[in-house]
Amino acid sequence: MVESKQKWKAWLYLAPAIVLLLVFTVWPIINTVRMAFLEGYSGLKVAGGESFAFGVGNFVKVIKYQKFLSCLKNTVLLCVLTVPISSLLALLVAVFLNSIKWLQKPLQTIFFLPYVTNSIAIGMVFAAMFNIVGSFYGTENEIIVTAGIINNIIEFFGGKAVNWINYGSSYAANITVMVIYIVWNALPFKILILLGGLQSINKQYYDAAKVDGTSRRRIFARITVPLLSPMLAYVVITGFIGGFKEYTSIIGIFGEAMGPADAAGRLNTMVGFIYDALSTNNQGRASAAALILFGIILAVTLINLQVSKKRVHY
Amino acid sequence: MKVELRNVTKAFPSRNKKSGEEVIAVNDCNFTIPDGKLIGLLGPSGCGKSTTLYMICGLQKPTKGQIFFGEDDVTGLAPENRGVGLVFQNYALYPHLTVKQNILFPLQNLKGEDKLSKEEMLKRAYETAKLVQIDELMDRKPSELSGGQQQRVAIARALVKMPRVLLLDEPLSNLDARLRLQTREEIRRIQRETKITTVFVTHDQDEAMSISDFIVVMKAGVVQQIGKPQAVYDDPDNLFVAKFLGTPPINVFNGAVKGGKVYIGEEAVLSVNGVNDGEVYVGIRPEGFILDENGPLGCKLINVEVMGRDVSVVSSNAASLNPTIRSIINADAGVDHDAETVRFSVKPHKLFLFDKESEKRIRFEVK
Repeated sequence: MVESKQKWKAWLYLAPAIVLLLVFTVWPIINTVRMAFLEGYSGLKVAGGESFAFGVGNFVKVIKYQKFLSCLKNTVLLCVLTVPISSLLALLVAVFLNSIKWLQKPLQTIFFLPYVTNSIAIGMVFAAMFNIVGSFYGTENEIIVTAGIINNIIEFFGGKAVNWINYGSSYAANITVMVIYIVWNALPFKILILLGGLQSINKQYYDAAKVDGTSRRRIFARITVPLLSPMLAYVVITGFIGGFKEYTSIIGIFGEAMGPADAAGRLNTMVGFIYDALSTNNQGRASAAALILFGIILAVTLINLQVSKKRVHY
Repeated sequence: MKVELRNVTKAFPSRNKKSGEEVIAVNDCNFTIPDGKLIGLLGPSGCGKSTTLYMICGLQKPTKGQIFFGEDDVTGLAPENRGVGLVFQNYALYPHLTVKQNILFPLQNLKGEDKLSKEEMLKRAYETAKLVQIDELMDRKPSELSGGQQQRVAIARALVKMPRVLLLDEPLSNLDARLRLQTREEIRRIQRETKITTVFVTHDQDEAMSISDFIVVMKAGVVQQIGKPQAVYDDPDNLFVAKFLGTPPINVFNGAVKGGKVYIGEEAVLSVNGVNDGEVYVGIRPEGFILDENGPLGCKLINVEVMGRDVSVVSSNAASLNPTIRSIINADAGVDHDAETVRFSVKPHKLFLFDKESEKRIRFEVK
């Protein structure tokens, strides 16, 4: 009797959270799957009271769509480039931070700033840093009127200014800027996780290694990295998941055009593709693309887990 | 390898920056460990025994003083250049490596002339594993071993590079009572077989007494007494050492010496020579009591605990510093379990006098 009353109470207390989750998370997921398989589903047609055939038409449409492949390529490219670079850099910074105790507190704050700053704001700052302001139509000498700080630095060291993100910039230059920005933006979270991992490694392992005269490099490779491997796996897996959802960073630098002025949409990503479909009332196509993205992330994560099973110790 | 500590002091900076006072962990420590012996560093927690061990190891540098291995001054040497093997309290086995890889680890660090071929390394690893009897567990991970087995692996890892000195930090504290007995004999056997000078740290006097060739008793960073376990037990230099060694512990009474007689309360228990009159602490080992109807010391009987060969008589006396007095009496003496009081006489060599102020031992001759 008492127990059933307790249960009833428990459900009551959980109800607000459960209701919100059902309405805003569970139902949208179910609805996404439903819409993805309703052929030709769109907001306009729903308004017109049409009924839909059940099938994979939306998926076929998405895959055949020219822009989809370009979005997929951008997403994968950014993922493959940024995740290893940012994970490795984060590891080095974390080890460095961990080894210098008195610098830890001030540097920790500085490294963590990007994490708490709005990514659109950071993107705008990066855009200003890589920007070139001036005419791009004249001869080469006229091109640079005022350059962003990056080009100023390059020129200071005798290099030639690069058109990073403006009208007429190359795809490679655009991707370089994106990689630098995404890596920088991804660092703090990874550093935090790895630093926490490093600090939880028992100091006695290092004392033991020291007594045995282990070289620094060997300590890093044979003790630090293996003992940190669960954290490293976590950082890489979440890095890939986040990487496949890249979108705001591109908006931050290129604005809604998702590319330089002469090549709008060139840097669009999967999530960007989904938003585009939604904004043109193609919910069916958006849902199908979302499911495809979900499938890709699931597959990559499973591969990651499989690989880390062999590589992650204990 | 003989190990010698000369005026070794270790001070740690204070945690509380305002007061700025240093914490003296080890204060002017002097002792010599003879070659090939097993030494127990013994003391309550916080007495500086682990710090002393870490200074011998080289993981901590003395603030003052010198440490010698044989004739070499190793004070400034890093641990890897001292030729020491250290076994940590919680073993610090690398959890991601197998037993074999753990034991091989120190060998793989060797460089230059000392570098070994793979076959030699394996041979040495297996020899050492055999010595500590874990050669059948070589492919397991530390998490798949029992505490005692992990302990052996840790010893093997410390021994495999043939150190000049083996150091063990609380080697038995993580083992259960039965394993502790077994492992301490094991440590003794390994030390005898390898003849490596071995220092181990413990807070358990039983452990230290049972296997050490010498014990060093420490308190608050200061060495209290050094000697063979039996000698230190039979002839403690001060009240702390007397109290710290022996189970059950020594019974301490407020007493006095008057006219060549030792008094506990109103009762004169022993006649002595060569002691000035005054207040003293009287310490009597549990085995120093003799059940004697006409004995001088009367105590209120509380309980008699039967232990088989002996009985433990628990009684009380107003002059006792402890709430109860525990005495070990041969069961044949025929203790009357229902008596209200018991009377004891005292074995003179089991009775020690200590100064009330300094707590130092006052030596005497029995009249």
